[in-house]
Amino acid sequence: MPLKDYIGFCILIALVLLMPHLVANDYYLGVLVFTAFNCLACIGLCLLMGYAGQISLGHGAFIAIGAYSSGVLTTMLDWSPWTAMAAGALASMAIAFAVGIPTLRLKGHYLAMATLGFASIIHIIAVAATEITGGPAGLLDIPRLGLFGYSLDSDVSYYYFAWFAVVAGLYFAFNLVHSRVGRGLRAIHGSEDAASAVGINTNIYKIQVFALSAVYASVSGSLYAYYVNYIDPGPFDVMHSIVLVTMVAVGGLRHLWGALIGAVLLSLLPELLSMAAAPLKVIGIAYKPDYDILVYGGILLLIMMFLPEGLFAGLASASKSGTAFLMKLIKGGSIVRQ
Amino acid sequence: MKIRLLSAVTAALLIVFSAGSLQAEQKEAYHIGGVFSITGSAAWLGEPERNTVKMIAEEINAKGGINGHKLVLHIEDTQGSNTRAVNAVRKLIKKDKVCAIIGPSRSGTSLATVPVVEKAEIPMLSCAAAASIVNPPEERRWVFKMGQNDSDAVRRIYEHMKKNGIKKIGILTGTTGFGDAGRSQLKELADKYGIEIVADETYGPGDTDMTAQLIRIRKTDAKAVVNWSIVPAQSIVPKNMKQLNMQILLYQSHGFANHKYAEAAGKAAEGSIFPSGRIMATETVPEDHPQKKVLEAYKKAYESTYNEKVTTFGGHAYDAIWIIAKALEKVGDDDPEKIRNAIENMEFVGISGIFNFSKDDHCGLDKDDFEMITIKDGKFVVLGQ
Repeated sequence: MPLKDYIGFCILIALVLLMPHLVANDYYLGVLVFTAFNCLACIGLCLLMGYAGQISLGHGAFIAIGAYSSGVLTTMLDWSPWTAMAAGALASMAIAFAVGIPTLRLKGHYLAMATLGFASIIHIIAVAATEITGGPAGLLDIPRLGLFGYSLDSDVSYYYFAWFAVVAGLYFAFNLVHSRVGRGLRAIHGSEDAASAVGINTNIYKIQVFALSAVYASVSGSLYAYYVNYIDPGPFDVMHSIVLVTMVAVGGLRHLWGALIGAVLLSLLPELLSMAAAPLKVIGIAYKPDYDILVYGGILLLIMMFLPEGLFAGLASASKSGTAFLMKLIKGGSIVRQ
Repeated sequence: MKIRLLSAVTAALLIVFSAGSLQAEQKEAYHIGGVFSITGSAAWLGEPERNTVKMIAEEINAKGGINGHKLVLHIEDTQGSNTRAVNAVRKLIKKDKVCAIIGPSRSGTSLATVPVVEKAEIPMLSCAAAASIVNPPEERRWVFKMGQNDSDAVRRIYEHMKKNGIKKIGILTGTTGFGDAGRSQLKELADKYGIEIVADETYGPGDTDMTAQLIRIRKTDAKAVVNWSIVPAQSIVPKNMKQLNMQILLYQSHGFANHKYAEAAGKAAEGSIFPSGRIMATETVPEDHPQKKVLEAYKKAYESTYNEKVTTFGGHAYDAIWIIAKALEKVGDDDPEKIRNAIENMEFVGISGIFNFSKDDHCGLDKDDFEMITIKDGKFVVLGQ
């Protein structure tokens, strides 16, 4: 892992530790907990999209599998939340293999199509299998997560826990990216033919990274279930999968930091917009949550037009040219002085 | 120059401080939260609810508030989504420090927010219907429900069927929290009334055509169809039945009791039968009925303020805010525990019926709070007993 990323980690950890002291109340802490769930799913999705060059339009389904495994196994079979979470992750992995093996052997965007269909199927099962999933009425009374006999009851404790999971997930992803596997994945993204020509087993790499990203999504779903203590099919529809893809695309496909920034930004955007509603009202504009979707669309459009590599890459190149400009100025200044 | 500026600043500060001290003399306001699905697929529920609580809060404040305390409303929009509802309720409790919450509008969003209010110990008066919102009562200490029980709606429908000799029916329910709760009640109570369900079909809240499901019902010997949903998709069922030229009787749920749904279904909804609170047929409620005065007052106020027809959903919000106001008035401060206890022991004549809360019954309504209603020439008419 390059030094730059270590610095990034230090900043991230510092921000995570600092946030509870900066935010005024538990409500915003709760928003940040939901943000952490999105970050976790987006890290996995970024490995798949940015590094292996495959699109999944069905990650909401893996979140649903994680959430429902946790919900069903803890409430109906009295499993411990941790084993239920592990079982959900294993199930997601197995399903990812089942979906990925036939589709990832084909070239092109077959995975996107397969996962889109798969997401619909999972959503329908969640709605229709009322005996198991509770159907549209949902599953109630999902227990809280405990850690070393200490229940993660308060928002602050769950906040630290959720963001610890994000940092750990990110660290693992970075290690993967900078390993032989990561280099292989990058080669696949660049050119699959060239990658297989230099001896990379492209199929296995793609399938494995798809399964790994499914595990990330599944864990994030389990954490959601333990935090809200209630699940129904609503949050896991196909739209949510598309929102996740948007988050990764906005932040920047090519870099894990980009996925993280995109996830944080789009998760906080509704809050920022509702905060902006008050000052807008003063100047006579009545902002309604109905307009959120317009703002999302606008942001996506602007980013695709002007920063096609995503916010992170855009910011990085801007800061690079900025530094170059500054260097020039300093140099120029010193020349003049001479 | 400097002195003039200084004196101006001092004067301004004086005004600010004196205004502050004046305000301190006034009694502290009571903060009440409202969480409704104002936008999204259930906007027809949330909007009248928001309008109603705003109207009533203004009315109370115009009369000098509750024991001199003004009401301050904090309204949040869930857009019908659970995550947003949970966030909104947490915001109301943690940021706005409300002493009671009205809403959410839907069964799903209500169930999602139950753990939050149970933990924070803030009374919540849900405007939805599913029985599991307030059951089991020992785990729902802080949750009350303004909507009538689905089971009571089913009882009224089955009683009507029994009287009319209908024994075999097909049911068509929406795959939402409301629809699903209705489906399980319909199935559970059928035996008791000697009714057989010969077809059991469902449709999604976003569906635009139910012909396929209706054809499957038509193939059976069902003598009536029960359509059970709360979202606009339900208005398509009567239309599809007409297109298929199905002559059998159509029963609908109390979720249909909204003029907008009836308008969307148009002529096809003529003659369909559904249970509803009395607000939808205020004119036909007898003069000596205890609810008559409340119904007329609310209908008049709402329709003149917002220039649109009253709904049962707005009625739930009306009941909720008045129950909270009565509780606040009785206990004399905004301690959530005291408010909760006051509500639990309250009797209240409202829009949806005569509430009789108790330790084991946080809904407080029964099947007599429904009337069977039919649509005649586009108007809601109470069916004779």
